[in-house]
Parts: sequence; structure tokens; C-alpha cells
Amino acid sequence: MIKRAMVFLFLLGLGSLFIVFMQEYTPDTELNQTGRYYAEHTAQDIGAANIVTAIIVTYRGLDTIGEVTVLFLTAAIVGMLLSRGSHKGKSLQRELPQSGELLTTGSYLLVPLILLLGAYVFINGHLTPGGGFQGGAIIASAILLMLLTDPLRHFSHQLITIIESVSGLLFVSIGVLGLFYAGGFLDNRILPLGELGSLFSAGVIPIIYSLIGLKVGAEFSSMLVNLSETEDS
Amino acid sequence: MVQIAMATGFILILMGLYGALTNQNILRIIVSFSIANTGVNIVLVSIGYMHGRTAPILNEAVPLAQATARIIDPVPQALVLTAIVIGLGITTLMLAFAYKLYERKGTLDISKFSELKW
Repeated sequence: MIKRAMVFLFLLGLGSLFIVFMQEYTPDTELNQTGRYYAEHTAQDIGAANIVTAIIVTYRGLDTIGEVTVLFLTAAIVGMLLSRGSHKGKSLQRELPQSGELLTTGSYLLVPLILLLGAYVFINGHLTPGGGFQGGAIIASAILLMLLTDPLRHFSHQLITIIESVSGLLFVSIGVLGLFYAGGFLDNRILPLGELGSLFSAGVIPIIYSLIGLKVGAEFSSMLVNLSETEDS
Repeated sequence: MVQIAMATGFILILMGLYGALTNQNILRIIVSFSIANTGVNIVLVSIGYMHGRTAPILNEAVPLAQATARIIDPVPQALVLTAIVIGLGITTLMLAFAYKLYERKGTLDISKFSELKW
């Protein structure tokens, strides 16, 4: 009872803070200094139509490397935690009921289309609202559909690891190439900037975002596969 | 418009925290945390919104010369993109730990795990 009252008081305090914040808050009518800098300089410096992509891949590219590393660490920890118990899980696997005609046939139709959409989203990350993280998540959703259709399906861990480490390595080496051939680490001007708004523009941003897409897709897939393989019921 | 989005975000944060603090089942706590996480993301995005402007993508709708006057703040969007991905990683990690805890004790009731309680 006391615990409930404490929770209630805590939420009441937090809620009143939020209400005060909302009453004091007035939306900006002009871009602040950082936003204005990005809006004015992205087109000629980076050449990407999508300013968010320019921020993530080039202006704050180092943070994106950190983010991808955090994701890799999560996938590795999930794999490490869940692999211990998997030995006794293998013997317990029971026959699962058929997944049904609709799901099986539907997944044959949808999985290639979903993979294609994922690739489209991360290749066009510098032109449309999309990018490596979104495309990677879409690719992983195709893997999820395959796992739903056949929960005992075996995915090659080695293939996932190879895709992940090769794309991560290429991502960092493109960043290092920027040190020698352009202005600094992860500078995108190794390749010509091209015309704003065309597919082959913005230097190496499409390549880097595709690599991020592959890496994120592989990481999410390895998390899904690890979580699904421990299911020893 | 901003106020609606922001209020939704704050309500989601409060709902998520309430669920995380009052539920006994670990899976429900994980769901509550991801609801609170969504609320934080909505609040962050709504702070970047400006009335009458469009997404920060330079195309036919946003001529290059008027970019400063036509787009919303791109920085919160980049931040939230990062936050969503990391949030997903955290959720997966919590689920993996929940699985290990279930394997050890055969239950997901958080009041049964009292080793670190004082």
C-alpha cells in the first residue's frame, strides 16, 4: 500500500514537472544556430538532399560509428547470454505444428519483396526519408517473417557474422580513406559530390549508408535468430 | 499541434513508468519501459517541430535558397533516430536477461528475485 502511494506521489511530481514544462514551452519560429548551419551548408558541403542523413553519416559520423558499435555489443551480449543454455535446448526440441498454408505461401511472396524494400530504403537514404538503420530494420523483419513461418529454421551464424564484420570493417576503412583523400575522418568528398538529388550524389554517403544497412540488418537478424534458437519449449 | 504531440509523449512516459513500477511480471516491466521510451522519442521529435514547415529534405518542395525558412529543425530527428535504434538494442538485452532469469528460477515474478534487495 505504501509502495503504491510512493509510486503515485512520484508520478504526480513528474507529471506536474511536465505540465510546467508544457506551459512554459513556446515553439521556435526560426531555426536555431545549429539547425541553420546544417540547412545552409548541407547542399554545397555534403551534397545530400536529406539533411538528417547528412548529419548522421557525415557531420556526426563518429557518433554513428559509436552507435553501430553499441548495437554490435548488444548483439554480442545477447548471443553470449543465450548460447550457454542452448546445448540442452537442442535435445528438447519437439515437433511443432505446421505453420499453415497462408503464412507459408505468403512468406514466399513477401520475403523477397521486403528484402528489396529494405535495400531500396538504405540505398536512397540520402534522398528520401530512410537510411541504413531503417533499411536494416526492414531486412530484419523479413528474417522475422521467415522465423515465424518455420521456427526451427536454421540460419547460418557464420554468414551473418561475415556480413556484419565485413561491412563494419569497410565502413571504418572508408572513414580512414577520408583522412587521406578529403578533409578528415569520415569525410564524404572522396567521390565527387554529383548533382543534388540524383542517386549517385553526396560522395560516399550512399555506400556508407548501405554498409550501415547491411550491418544493422545482420545485427538485428542475429538477435532474432539467437532469441528464437533458445526457445527450448 | 505541438502541444498535442508533446502531451501524448508525456502521458506515454507517465504510463510507462507507472507500469514499470507497479507490475510484478518482468515481461510487463519490459513492455512498460519500451512504452516510456516511445514517449521520450515523441517529446523529442515534437520539440523540433515548427508550424507550417516541412521535413528537412531538399527537393522540389524546398528550394535551396529558402531552405532556412522552410524546413524544421533536423537535429532532434537525427537524435531520435539514434535513440530508437539504441532503445531496440536495450529491449533485446532486457529480453535476453529475462530469459536467463526465467531459466534460473522458473518464474518471471520480480518479487521472487530478492538477492540484491536490502
